[in-house]
Amino acid sequence: MRGSLHIYPAWSPPAAVFPAVHLGEALGAELTRITFLTLAVSGTGTLLASLAGVPLGAWLALHPSRPARAMRLFARTLYGMPPVVVGLLVFLLLSRNGPFGAAGLLFTPESMVIAQALLVLPLVLGLTMSAVEAVDPRLRETAESLGARGWMLVRVFLREAREGVGSAVLVGFGRAVSEVGAVLIVGGNILFHTRVLTTAIVEETEAGQTSFALLLGAVLLLLALMTTALVGAMERRGRDATAG
Amino acid sequence: MRLRVEAQGLVKRFGLRPALRGVSLAAQPGEVLAVLGPSGAGKTTLLRVLGLLLAPDMGHVTFQGAVAGPGEASVRGRIGLVGQKPLVFRTTAFENVVFGLRARGLAESEIHVRGETALARLGLVHLRDAPARRLSGGEQQRVAFARALVLEPELLLLDEFTANLDPANAARLESEVRAAARQGTCVVATTHDLHQARRIADRVAFLLEGRVLEAAPAKEFFEAPASPQAAAFLRGELMGHPGAGDETS
Repeated sequence: MRGSLHIYPAWSPPAAVFPAVHLGEALGAELTRITFLTLAVSGTGTLLASLAGVPLGAWLALHPSRPARAMRLFARTLYGMPPVVVGLLVFLLLSRNGPFGAAGLLFTPESMVIAQALLVLPLVLGLTMSAVEAVDPRLRETAESLGARGWMLVRVFLREAREGVGSAVLVGFGRAVSEVGAVLIVGGNILFHTRVLTTAIVEETEAGQTSFALLLGAVLLLLALMTTALVGAMERRGRDATAG
Repeated sequence: MRLRVEAQGLVKRFGLRPALRGVSLAAQPGEVLAVLGPSGAGKTTLLRVLGLLLAPDMGHVTFQGAVAGPGEASVRGRIGLVGQKPLVFRTTAFENVVFGLRARGLAESEIHVRGETALARLGLVHLRDAPARRLSGGEQQRVAFARALVLEPELLLLDEFTANLDPANAARLESEVRAAARQGTCVVATTHDLHQARRIADRVAFLLEGRVLEAAPAKEFFEAPASPQAAAFLRGELMGHPGAGDETS
């Protein structure tokens, strides 16, 4: 019997009479909580990565220098970094004997957020750099000739490249929501605590619950499709704005 | 509002292509200097060097006798530049106009008053909240002009500043240029339009193939040009070479 079926709502019809209802409700509750946790963890991780990666990426794009080029190369190298490696690094940092072990974050949603933020950061940073660099460079000259400097210039360019930056964030979210290695290592895949869609699919498949695993997979696929659709819409809007 | 600009021996090449070949000229506070010349003469490049947007390969630009180069924010903040193809930011017409005021950190009340005044002077009040990128070329040109004028620059550099405008709006901008000069602004304007140069210029510099062939008071230049090339240009017989002397066109 699946462990998740121990959780029932406060009132429910007797299990012996309506077993299918109980099963459905329990699965529904589990699916809802897993989906919500997935969105919360990946959303927060992407948000944190964006808060750092978007302004930093724009700054680096606007201040071309050797360190900026090195940073871009580094970020692009990390695009394909295996999530398990990120998970392992975060695990070592947060484990009892690690430098941040005292915080007691391992096997919590917070640790998963940290791992996903680190995983997504290079992607958001690198794609933001590309988006800002794609803006007409004469706009910089115009802005600077009017007195814009520093962060004002960054804000101007982020506004100009907002669809590209939005796409960078969504691509980051897409990577976060679909990765399994990092969250599995640092979250531990604990039911109703750190289990997210990807780790739940692994768990359910191993347990032979392929129907539920497929359902989880469908939800994950739906999220991925919605993200991709949003990225496409953003890019179309960006092209229209450039043409306009 | 008293800024005298002087260029001495400016040389600028783009690759092997020379755009400026030793240009020297000066413009005084309160005067409009029209830089005339056929396409490809180097007019746009000259304005960009004067505006400290482009470093010359040789020669220098002085303001009040002090040499200045690209990146000198203190001088650059006193210069207004309106390009031939105006670029507007992705925001409303009003926010475009007050962009430089915000960059200078002025109080919101002052930004509001100066922005609204500039919009009114350029006939843009009804377009105040319109997205600037959706405006027509002529409207964008007026927004870019208002954006430069609202800063009350001491040196106003205008590159074919009425290229996209109908006669009525061109006249409005020309009137603003004369008004700015009366208030002490030094104006350097490039134009192909001989009639416009007659209307607005106090002096004329005739540029050909990256050299100033002639610089004279406007009346004198138009009535009796000293060089045969200038005379040919005034008769409409001198063909330009688009792209030969400019960085972008």
